[in-house]
Amino acid sequence: MSVLELANISKHFGAIQAVNDVSFSLEAGEVVGLMGDNGAGKSTLVKMIAGNFHPSHGTMRLDGKELVMHKPADARQHGIEIVHQDLALCNNLTAAANVYLGRELRRGFGPLRILDYGAMYKRAGQLFAELKSETRPRDLVKQMSGGQRQAVAIARTMLSQAKIVLMDEPTAAISVRQVAEVLNLIRHLRDQGIAVVLISHRMPDVFDVADRVIVMRRGRKVADKNIASSSPEEVTGLITGAIEQVA
Amino acid sequence: MAVTLDQTIAQKQHTFVSRLFANQTFWVVIAVILACLFLSVATDSFATSKNIFNITRNVTFVAIVALGMTFVIITGGIDLSVGSVLCLSSMVLAVTMHAGYSIEVGILASIATALAIGAFNGILIAYLGFPPFVVTLGMLSVARSLAMVASNNTVVFQFGPDHQKLLALGGGAWVFGIANPVLYMILLALITGFILRLTKFGRHIFAIGGNEHAATLTGVPVKQIKVVVYMISALSAGIAGIIQTGWLGAVTTNLGNGMELQVIAATVIGGANLAGGVGTALGAVVGAALIEVIRNSLGLLGINAFWQGTFIGGAIILAVLFDRIRNFRRSD
Repeated sequence: MSVLELANISKHFGAIQAVNDVSFSLEAGEVVGLMGDNGAGKSTLVKMIAGNFHPSHGTMRLDGKELVMHKPADARQHGIEIVHQDLALCNNLTAAANVYLGRELRRGFGPLRILDYGAMYKRAGQLFAELKSETRPRDLVKQMSGGQRQAVAIARTMLSQAKIVLMDEPTAAISVRQVAEVLNLIRHLRDQGIAVVLISHRMPDVFDVADRVIVMRRGRKVADKNIASSSPEEVTGLITGAIEQVA
Repeated sequence: MAVTLDQTIAQKQHTFVSRLFANQTFWVVIAVILACLFLSVATDSFATSKNIFNITRNVTFVAIVALGMTFVIITGGIDLSVGSVLCLSSMVLAVTMHAGYSIEVGILASIATALAIGAFNGILIAYLGFPPFVVTLGMLSVARSLAMVASNNTVVFQFGPDHQKLLALGGGAWVFGIANPVLYMILLALITGFILRLTKFGRHIFAIGGNEHAATLTGVPVKQIKVVVYMISALSAGIAGIIQTGWLGAVTTNLGNGMELQVIAATVIGGANLAGGVGTALGAVVGAALIEVIRNSLGLLGINAFWQGTFIGGAIILAVLFDRIRNFRRSD
């Protein structure tokens, strides 16, 4: 059974049809590359899966049950985690505070529940160690390098038992060495049985790590195939529209 | 010996002292202490119990409102309506009590008025996307005008059956001869500090000021929090208004006129950043204290009162200058 199933999903903003009748499914432990040019509807699609937008039409099913979400917290509760393109970090907070943003640990009870700084520093430190990133939980994000910031954003997805991790351009703005680190991390997630959706412009990254590639153009899904049976040339053609559509 | 990853992660980058020295609030505290020491030596009248009593009490009204303002400023907003809200809350209290109601009813009506105004500001800002500057500027005008309507622009100085209770509430000194308003200020500062540092709500306020978009994406209830923040700011103005009414024993419709600027100045001197994301309870109180000490000292040193604005304005610019110098060094 698929972890996530999208059926005839559409989204329009006023007269603009951002996503048009898209269906696909995701299996556990699978890495799917989602590709397309700017404005193809990738981000809108991902934001619907992440609970930021509500689809105009169509249904989503998680483990066979219909999924209706009203806010990002709902998606998290269902085990859907997202790494945003801009990483969604607060520069004025520490690494640990960013990891736990929106689901802070507290101790005590009743109205006197206070933030549990110690536990959050400790767990964030463990996550950074697991990611093999030299990131200190107490440092402000303001002072961090691109790779460290990426580690903070990715550590977030590891806080709870995620089923699906959506990554929006995780390799767009980091160094070559860090790209390799991020791709390793994606494999690390996959090996734990997590389904990963990798949104990317970078063809080599997708062909390196993904099992399947979905291509979108002008709001529509134009291809959905195994990496092994496709090629960078074909995908480029699909993205630009040189190739209309493949089965 | 090689440094392991775990050691690197466990390392603390800043010691307590280095953090203290990089803290604007710390330097303002030093400035206040130095100014007080200097004035104690240079004048006979500064270090008298009467003058200290005066200063501490005068600080409180600005400080209490500054505590509320700190919440708003940390989210990256601004509340220009606090002076007028203070006046309206005082007037609602005065008029209610003058009409023969008890002090409890008066305070309840006054607090309810403040909260309603805060909620109105907050809803327009959070849900309808109005710029905070514009909404609260409008409210600055509306609230003062409502105070005039409520009192028919008269001075209210008779507060019905609970007249004495109200005067004792604001003008008394129940514990160790410390003026009551000072006690309220300390209590409110402790509560503010607790909320900002130790609660989830406080953490989310900082997150909104740091990156509102990120806060939204990570599931922080940004809109609700913004409404609450403006309600807190109005509430603090309402509380200050009630206390000030008891202290003055009379309410006029120009109470709190221009106070918003003093309040904002106090928070900024204390280390809050108008761009959002930075601010402390201690900073708000210390900032208010520095302004009051400057004002008081000019009087005691016999300097023409017309210079007040120059000195206070200078303090604002100087306080922020330190912050800029630190940031220049970092961005090199």
